[in-house]
Amino acid sequence: MSSVDSAVKDRRPTLVTIDGNTAVAHVAHACSEVIAIYPITPSSVMGEISDEKSARGEKNIYGTIPFVCEMQSEGGASGAVHGSLQAGALTTTFTCSQGLLLMIPNMFKIAGELTSAVFHVSARAVATHALSIFGDHSDVMATRTTGWAHLVSGSIQEVMDMSMIAHTATLETRLPFLHYFDGFRSSHEVQKIEELSFDDMRYMLNEDLIAAHRARALSPDHPVMRGSAQNPDVFWQGRETCNPYYIACPDKVQKTMDKFAKLTGRQYHLFDYVGAPDAERVVIMMGSGAECAHEAVEALVAKGEKVGLVKVRLYRPFSVQDCVNAFPATVKAIAVLDRTKEPGGAADPLYCDVQTAIAELFADGKTPFKAMPRVVGGRYGMGSKEFSPAQVRAVLDNLKKPQPRNHFVVGIVEDVTHSSLEYDDSWSTEQDDVVRGIFYGLGSDGTVGANKNSIKIIGEETDGYAQGYFVYDSKKAGSMTVSHLRFGPRPIRSTYLITRANFVGCHQFFFLEKFDMLKQAVDGATFLLNSQYGPDEVWDKMPKLVQQRILEKKLKFYCIDAYKVAKATGMGGRINSIMQTCFFAISGILPREEAIAKIKVAIKKTYGSKGDAIVEKNWKSVDQTLENLHEVKVPGKISSLIEMPPAVSDKAPKFVKEVTGVMVAGLGDSLPVSKFPVDGTYPLSTARWEKRNIALEIPYWDKDICIQCGKCAMVCPHAAIRTKVFPPDALKDPPKTFQYMDFKDRELAGMKYSIQVFAEDCTGCEACVFICPAKDKKNPSRKSLNMGDQISVRMQERENAEYFLKLPDVDRDKVKQDTVKGSQLLVPLFEFSGACAGCGETPYYKLLTQLFGDRALISNATGCSSIYTGNLPTTPLCTNNEGRGPSWSNSLFEDNAEFGFGFRLAVDKFDEQARELVARVPVATSHPQLVEAILGAKQVGEPEIFAQRARVAELKKVLASATDLESKRLLTLADYLVKKSVWIVGGDGWAYDIGYGGLDHVLAAGRNVNLLVLDTEVYSNTGGQMSKSTPLGAVAKFAAGGKPIKKKDMGLIAMSYGYVYVATVAMGANDLQTVKAFIEAEAYDGPSIILAYSTCIAHGIDMKSGMDNQKRAVECGHWPLYRYNPALAAEGKNPLKLDSKAPKISYEAYAYQETRFKMLTKSKPEQAAKFLQQASENALAKWKYLEQLAGMSYELPAAPKTE
Amino acid sequence: MDLSTTYLGLKLRNPLVVSSSSLCDSVDKLKALEEAGAGAVVLKSLFEEQIILEGEQMDATTSTAESFPEATSYFADIPMEIGPQQYVALVSKAKKALGIPVIASLNCVTAKNWAKYARQIESAGADALELNVYFLPTDPSRTSAQIEGTYLQIVEQVRKTVDIPVAVKLSPFFTAIPHMVSEISKRGVNGVVLFNRFYQPNLDLEEMKASSQLHLSRPEDCLLPMRWIALMYGRVKIDFAATTGIHDGKSALKVLMAGANVAQVCSVLFKHKAQHLSVMLRDMEAWLKEKEYASLSDIRGVLSQKTCPDPEAFERAQYIKIIVGHD
Repeated sequence: MSSVDSAVKDRRPTLVTIDGNTAVAHVAHACSEVIAIYPITPSSVMGEISDEKSARGEKNIYGTIPFVCEMQSEGGASGAVHGSLQAGALTTTFTCSQGLLLMIPNMFKIAGELTSAVFHVSARAVATHALSIFGDHSDVMATRTTGWAHLVSGSIQEVMDMSMIAHTATLETRLPFLHYFDGFRSSHEVQKIEELSFDDMRYMLNEDLIAAHRARALSPDHPVMRGSAQNPDVFWQGRETCNPYYIACPDKVQKTMDKFAKLTGRQYHLFDYVGAPDAERVVIMMGSGAECAHEAVEALVAKGEKVGLVKVRLYRPFSVQDCVNAFPATVKAIAVLDRTKEPGGAADPLYCDVQTAIAELFADGKTPFKAMPRVVGGRYGMGSKEFSPAQVRAVLDNLKKPQPRNHFVVGIVEDVTHSSLEYDDSWSTEQDDVVRGIFYGLGSDGTVGANKNSIKIIGEETDGYAQGYFVYDSKKAGSMTVSHLRFGPRPIRSTYLITRANFVGCHQFFFLEKFDMLKQAVDGATFLLNSQYGPDEVWDKMPKLVQQRILEKKLKFYCIDAYKVAKATGMGGRINSIMQTCFFAISGILPREEAIAKIKVAIKKTYGSKGDAIVEKNWKSVDQTLENLHEVKVPGKISSLIEMPPAVSDKAPKFVKEVTGVMVAGLGDSLPVSKFPVDGTYPLSTARWEKRNIALEIPYWDKDICIQCGKCAMVCPHAAIRTKVFPPDALKDPPKTFQYMDFKDRELAGMKYSIQVFAEDCTGCEACVFICPAKDKKNPSRKSLNMGDQISVRMQERENAEYFLKLPDVDRDKVKQDTVKGSQLLVPLFEFSGACAGCGETPYYKLLTQLFGDRALISNATGCSSIYTGNLPTTPLCTNNEGRGPSWSNSLFEDNAEFGFGFRLAVDKFDEQARELVARVPVATSHPQLVEAILGAKQVGEPEIFAQRARVAELKKVLASATDLESKRLLTLADYLVKKSVWIVGGDGWAYDIGYGGLDHVLAAGRNVNLLVLDTEVYSNTGGQMSKSTPLGAVAKFAAGGKPIKKKDMGLIAMSYGYVYVATVAMGANDLQTVKAFIEAEAYDGPSIILAYSTCIAHGIDMKSGMDNQKRAVECGHWPLYRYNPALAAEGKNPLKLDSKAPKISYEAYAYQETRFKMLTKSKPEQAAKFLQQASENALAKWKYLEQLAGMSYELPAAPKTE
Repeated sequence: MDLSTTYLGLKLRNPLVVSSSSLCDSVDKLKALEEAGAGAVVLKSLFEEQIILEGEQMDATTSTAESFPEATSYFADIPMEIGPQQYVALVSKAKKALGIPVIASLNCVTAKNWAKYARQIESAGADALELNVYFLPTDPSRTSAQIEGTYLQIVEQVRKTVDIPVAVKLSPFFTAIPHMVSEISKRGVNGVVLFNRFYQPNLDLEEMKASSQLHLSRPEDCLLPMRWIALMYGRVKIDFAATTGIHDGKSALKVLMAGANVAQVCSVLFKHKAQHLSVMLRDMEAWLKEKEYASLSDIRGVLSQKTCPDPEAFERAQYIKIIVGHD
């Protein structure tokens, strides 16, 4: 028996329960020598796992540890991949969406050079009218012309299998392979699958072809040149040389699939058919939607319908003959489903390919069809829109019609051009022997993690199959997670959310008032509720609708006070293991004792690395669960008067009520196309209508202790605590509990002062209480702000907040804006964002809007800040009472500096044009004093800007009645005569890495733009990947072994220009310096950059006390504070002013308060010690260097005399 | 000059033992101490409470994700060891790297882990184990007898668990120190270390809060252990290690002459680095030569209360004399 045959015979596959990203990483890491990566959702995880594997020392099938290297962008990653391939290494990368678009230039090159390579892509929407992180095929379809083979997976098993087939086929064919699967639905869905072993992989890969790949490499030992430039005489001929490879490719892929089938028993074809052998109506599609369609077709065939499905596996090169041959000869009508949109095209791409294949071969007589089938096309599932069996049925039903609708959409209501197919959502293919559970939890309560463990337990410990899919929130604080779990006796193809649950778990009582979760329950289902109320009183505490659903559907109802159990067992707010135990106990999927034993094993696996104490308390919580779990005897009637409150207030504007509010209620899927703006433009000030009420406790203000410092408002990430000064006569009928006091200020003597907490918008992060310096003299443990229960003051504080907002805002020019106290009297034009509780970035963002928001244009790089600012449903940016506010946009991740620079160019051009017109338009020049004042205004500081605004208003009045063209033109430009403030905001991933080239150019260009870098020292939004800002020794994703090199010094780089204003700030170390830096940066008539140290959840700190972490970062010398103002150099002074003192605490005292550093001491202690030593020395050296710079004389030496 | 001594049954080349502290938390540092002349080293304590807190911190800061689709976690999934593993590895590495005795130090808060961790430390090759037992008696309802009972239970438990020599480091805050030491001795413990230094919290009048700060010992601090060792030497059958305030060769000689087997040094090494050990040894040798002692063993206990020409000096009467004298 040959070794190859024995590989097949002796095969003992392992079953694993994993998601698609993990499946890819398993194969890709094992089959590659070099992996170049860059984070992008939802692909990042593939890179993270690869990096972790290499950091752990895991070898590939060739017995060596692959190099995993993060680049500065996807463009950089593809360049590195290209280079590594050319140098002969087996190389891969992972990406999607905008990242894939950045790889396109290299993809053309790699394919043009017939280079074996694999890119794994979790296909995701491309940003157009809006960004979407979710799945569709618009990214991969944009690469159709690159010459890459496209191999598509639809299920998690297929993801692993096709990964292997791609790595094999690329060597067989010499074509590079793009292997893709649907973002989130496949990248994040967890399924029980068969894992390929290293022996399997060795069996598949042909060593001779690997050697051939290497032999083609660039090497000085057998030198060649590639990448020539060619002239019209030969370029084209050269381009056609690849044709035989493309012609041969499909057959070679099929052979690879056949070889794979011999190994595993799983037979794939270039196009796979399922359904009736004599089907007349067939749908053709690819990706995860095909799994759902498979399920629908099987159900319809079982009912006698002559329908079928063709799944596309190899989309490029598109084998027209294999495509046509896949259809039964009986087919009369075909529906082609695309998950992408090509506006302006004849049709979407797969439709065009299928139509071409059938028409071409039918004309040649090479199809089995008696008559030319009718082919129609439609779109589905864009941006991860749900795709259900009911939609598949509608698509197939459409084919029954004599004139089926063509170019349709299915899954939304398209009521503008009326292209949507209607479907009956009550039609279901779910089977009774499948357990279908939906679990509603908080991100912080561990529900998702526990559910993942449940899937693993059932998947790996029983013969059953398991599937898990998790839906997350658009907010980062107080966010809800919904877990969809299926357990059944057969492989599960249901690639859609559960809408018919036989188990519903509600892990937070307050969700009952927010979501009609029992709508998804089937009759007789089980409902498990985490309730602070016992089994005898819970019924009366629930909303009426919940009672109604329970009665109507005859639900079995259980409750547990999980928080009581968690508290008793030291688990705090973590109820995951408790609720998991309840699920197993009630559902009976496993015998109770067995389930508990397995839960405990899972706990040990999950928490073992955090020490025995953590494991033991989790175990304890499991042990105490069942005695606290109660079945509720459901009364026969509705007793509750509690109604579900509307998602937004009736007072909200029309758009908010009709569109935003529907999204807030979780019903956005029901909104028709006609409700949406055509160009992605949305109104400001909508976050204030979404009263989330997520804080259990909020700050209570004790005015008798308050010293009116304003620090609480300054640090609040959500503008949920504000200060205001107002005249006493403005106080008309204040609510009884509204608090105010005399304002302690000489210049505004006699005014009143108030601090108001927006109870319904507060996240309860406690940052304000932590920073509050005012202590009760008799009991210093009590401050002016102390946390207290939210619910008991919710209504009164709602009334107080409304009253507070109605009180007049102080005149901006009457407060000292360059102080903490003064700046916090300015209205924040950034409120109630979706940022994390305790976010370290948003206080800076808020300050920006307080100081300059009424005249700011903001360009925002993709990342955390663009998400908490721009992610629907609501918008935190808002307007002041005059209707002015920041105008904001996000272009891309990589071009933010250039995008904002473009704002400046336009604004400057308009300013210049307006000035030219003011000086020559007769209607204006007839008011010479006004014109002179307008043109002469320097607009330095708030009063001067106010004065200019008044002048411009006067000018506009004058122009209003003018009829000449130039006057009319001036009227459209007049507002630009008032100084605009251009801000370019983003994180360190943008500034230090992907956007650095543009950032550098924009700084160098010298125009008046202000860059604010919210520096969290990692890619926060995508989950904490290393950037060049990440400090030495910090553990980050993509730096699992600790970052081995020091942080890039952006400040020094910017200073080297000499004409760039540079400041480093850390609000927690020196809030006054922060305010001053913002004001100076904006006032400086040239480029400015503020590097703002921003604490982040990815640092592994208690976000409540993040300001203390900032302080320590400064005190140890990691983040020295300074301002470099070129305006001082012009006066012969040293432009650099150090605003912090020499390091006074050890680097360790800073770093080891943060998990990102500390965890390396638990993983690689000796390495950690070395990094700590180096980092400490670096900090001291940096301080010394800055000190010397700040001490330099700026007096110029005498110029040499001219000879 | 023969400076060797015996402590906990271990033969030491000299009586200078480096106390349990961050001076002894890595093999590199330990080797430097050995090269500078240390007779033995006591490793930095394994604090169970710290392990628990680190676990809690890791858990609290790394388990808050799973809420946002772009970031279902914020930390790389790397293998970590939060537990005694690293400490046990340090013991093992130190044993391989050093020729002098390596004494481990243990401080636990849960009953079961005293024995569990002690066993692991013994398996790693430690020559002896110093129990750093400390409970702050904050509960007014607990009597001194109850607290002493807790100490003795731990001592008994560990003594039954391991075969290596065991010492107990005590605080000076016992009503009846000789009785306590005697009870410890009865349970088979080989030595006591007198006394543990505790960080005392301070008050920050600006911030209106308590603050903590590391204060190194002062030379006069050695008088306290010296007194109690002098009182107990020859009366309680147990080895004595003096610690706190031993900054130079002469203070080391004093505690040895009071009856200590060894002198533990720490603060002075923070100030003057490891090399100071050789200075102390040189001074001790010089004094012994000058006073014509043949070896260090000749001076042990000669100025204890038993043989001191002025035994009452160690008792209360001496205190009265000073007060009277100052009048």
